[in-house]
Amino acid sequence: MSLYFKYLKILFKSQMQYRASFLLLMTGQFFIPFSVFAGLYFLFERFGQIRGWDFFEVALCFAVIHMAFAISECFARGFDMFSGMVVRGEFDRVLVRPRSTFIQVLGSKFEFTRFGRLLQSAVVLAWALGSLPLQWSPAKILTLILMITSGVLIFTGIFILQATMCFWTVQGLEVANIFTDGGREMAQYPLNIYQKWVARFFTYVIPFGTVNYLPLMYLLGKNNGNDLLYMLIPALGSLFILPCVLFWQLGVRHYRSTGS
Amino acid sequence: MRVYHSVLKLRLLMGMQYRAAAIAGVATQFFWGFIIIMVFQAFYENAVTTPPISLKEIITYIWLQQAFLVFVTIWFRDNELFDLITSGNIAYELCRPCELYGFWYAKLLAQRLSSALLRCFPILIVAFFLPKPYDMTLPPSFTAFILFISSLILGLFLLVAVSMFMYISVFLTMSPTGSLLIFSVLGEFFAGLIIPVPLMPEWLQKIAYVLPFRWTADFPFRVYSGHIPQNDAIIGIVIQLAYILCLVWLGRLALNNILKKVVVQGG
Repeated sequence: MSLYFKYLKILFKSQMQYRASFLLLMTGQFFIPFSVFAGLYFLFERFGQIRGWDFFEVALCFAVIHMAFAISECFARGFDMFSGMVVRGEFDRVLVRPRSTFIQVLGSKFEFTRFGRLLQSAVVLAWALGSLPLQWSPAKILTLILMITSGVLIFTGIFILQATMCFWTVQGLEVANIFTDGGREMAQYPLNIYQKWVARFFTYVIPFGTVNYLPLMYLLGKNNGNDLLYMLIPALGSLFILPCVLFWQLGVRHYRSTGS
Repeated sequence: MRVYHSVLKLRLLMGMQYRAAAIAGVATQFFWGFIIIMVFQAFYENAVTTPPISLKEIITYIWLQQAFLVFVTIWFRDNELFDLITSGNIAYELCRPCELYGFWYAKLLAQRLSSALLRCFPILIVAFFLPKPYDMTLPPSFTAFILFISSLILGLFLLVAVSMFMYISVFLTMSPTGSLLIFSVLGEFFAGLIIPVPLMPEWLQKIAYVLPFRWTADFPFRVYSGHIPQNDAIIGIVIQLAYILCLVWLGRLALNNILKKVVVQGG
């Protein structure tokens, strides 16, 4: 773990060398989700609500998902960019070092510019929370934190799966974007606005539903009974990362160097 | 002219090589299309007032957008020209016996065209045969279709002219990211990529109508669905032409001015 923080420190220092470029990129990262959020705002201005959810409820959902995505893109970038490592044969070096491959790949890259994204979603989160008539209790705060952490773990899990596929295909697959970028776009609205089959797929196969829908019902007091279950469901969703890590271990054993 | 033509042809053939990437792209775009349509469906379900554009027209709009995505996005995943500028290899380009603006214009045009040709047909064909609420409809009349095709092609020319400014600005900043990211996000927003222009609030629509971005994609898509009547479409095409002439003239001026001052360092 201390190794991980060392990686973190070195990469942060190296990115800070180009300060102007870093700040500009960060601002850019702030604006990308901002324009999406502006779109969402204008749609609500015109239509008022979406299947019974009003603007601030959806904004809360949006903030949680985008925050989770920003954090995992910042810290799990190594897996996102992994195909390059395989193509260039750099993974060989990782294998000969006496540390776990998981930590090394995780530590190979950080995108600190994603703080721009994080900042944007934090602002939305604060705005949504301030405008919703919520009865706060420690349990609800815990649920909110659980939602975000579990979101981070799910996105990271997808990044790991995407990276693991590279052991077989060498080149990265663009299709995986369906689950990362696509998952983010989709999960920014509560899941029940979609058709049944989409909602089911994203609850039972890739558990976004456990982050953005079920606990949200609890937060907003829309569930009937069973508070504890709704509260702990994000924790259940975060288990998604376990099979992903196992799959990674399996993939590492299949690795064949590309040579160069 | 013949030079540009052969650049165009060469680039088209090169783009066609990446078929696997295109298939993956098509799959991704279908998913996006479905998600966006479902969101709009949910919004339209209990709309209080009648929205200014019908759901059917929105669905057609979205499939067209997915099919011709490279006609909308200002940012095209290609760093070749950026690398040329920042690495100094631009010197080779300047040795070529044809004008740089036209040469790059042809290059960029061909890139987008090849990518669109590969992707649009599978998406459009499948979109026509989708089950009921999701399917795409034919344009209301044959003239509408002709107008759509011509405005789409002009839109592409316009988009390339706009994106040329991005490459020109790299001469000044030397760093292709950051500020350009903001520029392209704004441009795409006003081209209706995030929400269709008719669904924006009044004041924002006014801004969108003044800027050139909406003429690249939003305009032809709405001509197709018949949301813009034919008379207005003809006027629109004239405006498109005016924009193209104006932007190409400005772009050439800017590029030639900058090239006079360019200093290539060693290497």
